[in-house]
Amino acid sequence: MRKLIKLHNSTRSIVDDTWQYAEEDANASSLIVSLTQWQSEHDALLASGKRLGVKLAPADKVEAIAQDAAKLQLIALQFGGIGEGRGYSQAHILRRRCGFTGELRAVGKIYRDQLFYMARCGFDAFEMPENADLNVALTGFDDYTVAYQPGIDLAGVALQKRTGT
Amino acid sequence: MYQYDQIDKQLVLERVAQFRDQTQRFLNGQLSEDDFRPLRLRNGLYIQRYAPMLRISIPYGLLSSKQVRMFARIAREYDKGFGHFTTRTNMQYNWPELAKVPDILELLASVEMHAIQTSGNCIRNVTSDHLAGVARDELEDPRPWCELVRQWATVHPEFAFLPRKFKIAITASTADRAAVRIHDIGLILKRNGAGALGFEVLVGGGLGRTPIMAQTIYDFVTPQDLLGCLEAILRVYNLEGRRDNIHKARIKIIVKAFGIDKFRELVDAEWAASKHYAPVWSESEIARVKSFFAPPAYEHLQDIDVITGKGNAKEANEFRRWYQQNTRAHKVPGYRAVILSLKSVKRPPGDITDSQLDAVADLADQYSFGEVRVMHDQNLLFAHVRQQDLFELWQKLDAIDLATANIGTLTDMIACPGLDLCSLANARTYTVVDLINERFDDLDYLYDLGEIQLKMSGCMNACGHHHVGHIGILGVDKHGEEWYQVTIGGAPSGSEADLGEVIGRSFKQEEIPDVLEKLFRVYLDLREGDERFVDTVRRTGIAPFKAGAYAQADQAA
Repeated sequence: MRKLIKLHNSTRSIVDDTWQYAEEDANASSLIVSLTQWQSEHDALLASGKRLGVKLAPADKVEAIAQDAAKLQLIALQFGGIGEGRGYSQAHILRRRCGFTGELRAVGKIYRDQLFYMARCGFDAFEMPENADLNVALTGFDDYTVAYQPGIDLAGVALQKRTGT
Repeated sequence: MYQYDQIDKQLVLERVAQFRDQTQRFLNGQLSEDDFRPLRLRNGLYIQRYAPMLRISIPYGLLSSKQVRMFARIAREYDKGFGHFTTRTNMQYNWPELAKVPDILELLASVEMHAIQTSGNCIRNVTSDHLAGVARDELEDPRPWCELVRQWATVHPEFAFLPRKFKIAITASTADRAAVRIHDIGLILKRNGAGALGFEVLVGGGLGRTPIMAQTIYDFVTPQDLLGCLEAILRVYNLEGRRDNIHKARIKIIVKAFGIDKFRELVDAEWAASKHYAPVWSESEIARVKSFFAPPAYEHLQDIDVITGKGNAKEANEFRRWYQQNTRAHKVPGYRAVILSLKSVKRPPGDITDSQLDAVADLADQYSFGEVRVMHDQNLLFAHVRQQDLFELWQKLDAIDLATANIGTLTDMIACPGLDLCSLANARTYTVVDLINERFDDLDYLYDLGEIQLKMSGCMNACGHHHVGHIGILGVDKHGEEWYQVTIGGAPSGSEADLGEVIGRSFKQEEIPDVLEKLFRVYLDLREGDERFVDTVRRTGIAPFKAGAYAQADQAA
């Protein structure tokens, strides 16, 4: 079974992935579909009683699923390589503006060195490439203990410490 | 200047540790070259023709003497005894050893410096006005705002992997010595009708393959709203910027494609949607940062006659020339700002040796409150020198070859390192610099030509800002040979900021001095009154210059 890194509050763990993509098993009870499938089979999927997730490509507009954010248990954002940065803003919008509280998963070519950034943008699940050593990757979240910007997981550490607010 | 607190120190140390680990993994073979590249680039490390090149951030060009001494030490111990100041007011070392770069970064951290985000597709060093805090024409010191923006941009989780590099400059003077119009975002401090302080925000400027001047997106943004505004612009860019073609990935391309009005609509919508949670600087944080930029302890002095009665006749003449060319007015009576020319004929523009760096640090301690500034035209500046010390300082600068009285003249050239060192370049720049220096070695002739900004790049990436030179020289590759394209009439700053026009077919390296001489002949012939070269070009258009530059060459050929 596929393994994931999951964040929950301040704990990080390596867990089994209980979800499956539609191309792996279209009948899975925890099903991740593409945006295209979501849009074309929207009503049927919602009526199926399954746990539902949507996977967005970097060029997909988050706004396309904003209305449905509360109905989804998972949103996966695809990364095509270390230089691909749209997922960070997509995550930001989903968490900050769409009120999405389900699992926000980074998937694709993601690396240990990006995990700190991703976590601060609101990702809480990381489906790393097959050859990645997840135990090593876990250390990536500790690269920095301070930050200048407000973030999802540690809110504006520098400004807070300085102003005492 | 700004002093790190515990948070700043910790962040930089954690960055060093992170990069040490990344470098180790790369050297161990756990990280491929492709995967290591974006990581090292975000720490200023390029792989160049002969060795890695390490670029160190100098936020808004400001250095302490202690930091300058560290540059000297690194040049001595880890490079070949010199460093190079860039047009982004950063320092580059061209010969460090990859395995030792983490050690260099650790040394830098000990003097509150780093190489974070000096390359790669992220927010780069924030630049400003080299006369910040001492210029008579500024609204207020822009550097606290630079520092606040720097901190916001540092290791920003959302904007660390942008489509392309992103440069921000801030000025507080209409003279715009920061050249804000050639930046991805330019900020101009201003007051609105009610007298409140804020920023005019410009977006979409940049040179490179598609040179474009930035346009105003917002006429007035308050300090409280600025971060929200910047985040909105960056978020629109991060999502909409092109990632399919590296040459079309800068923000200027989408600003141009959408048009500024449509682009503004996108940012408006993003800004409105994020306004309720966007980061805001507190009054206390602004006050804390501003406190670091309080004026130094000036003495109560009067302006004096600096020139009369100094040295023997030869010295008096040389000192007067230097005073006129290389010093600038200061808002406090009895003081001048002094430019240290890094445009000696003995070294490439912007280069400095370890012993010069040590000497500069000592002189800064003695004459300018221990502070040194890097200018975007690759010179250094002592911002606060007592007028009574100028003669003595000139003698000491002259002794270390930093007093060439050529600031603002033709030989105060900007040049990127070119093909001699850079793996992107098409052509050499330093040999052209030498040819120009050899031909135009008569200071009186240079003074007669007046202000000329010659800017030279070894390739389309335009690190030497050739598009906005009064004269621009661009190295191009023609069938494996080095050729040079000449533009005239550009300017980098303020209301006259504009791109130059190409005068015609490109030239061979050895033709360049002749071409310049012909252009100057046309200028001296046509100029009216005090017109500078660039003014004449703009009044007459390039036609007479073009005719002059090619006439005899084509006859001869």
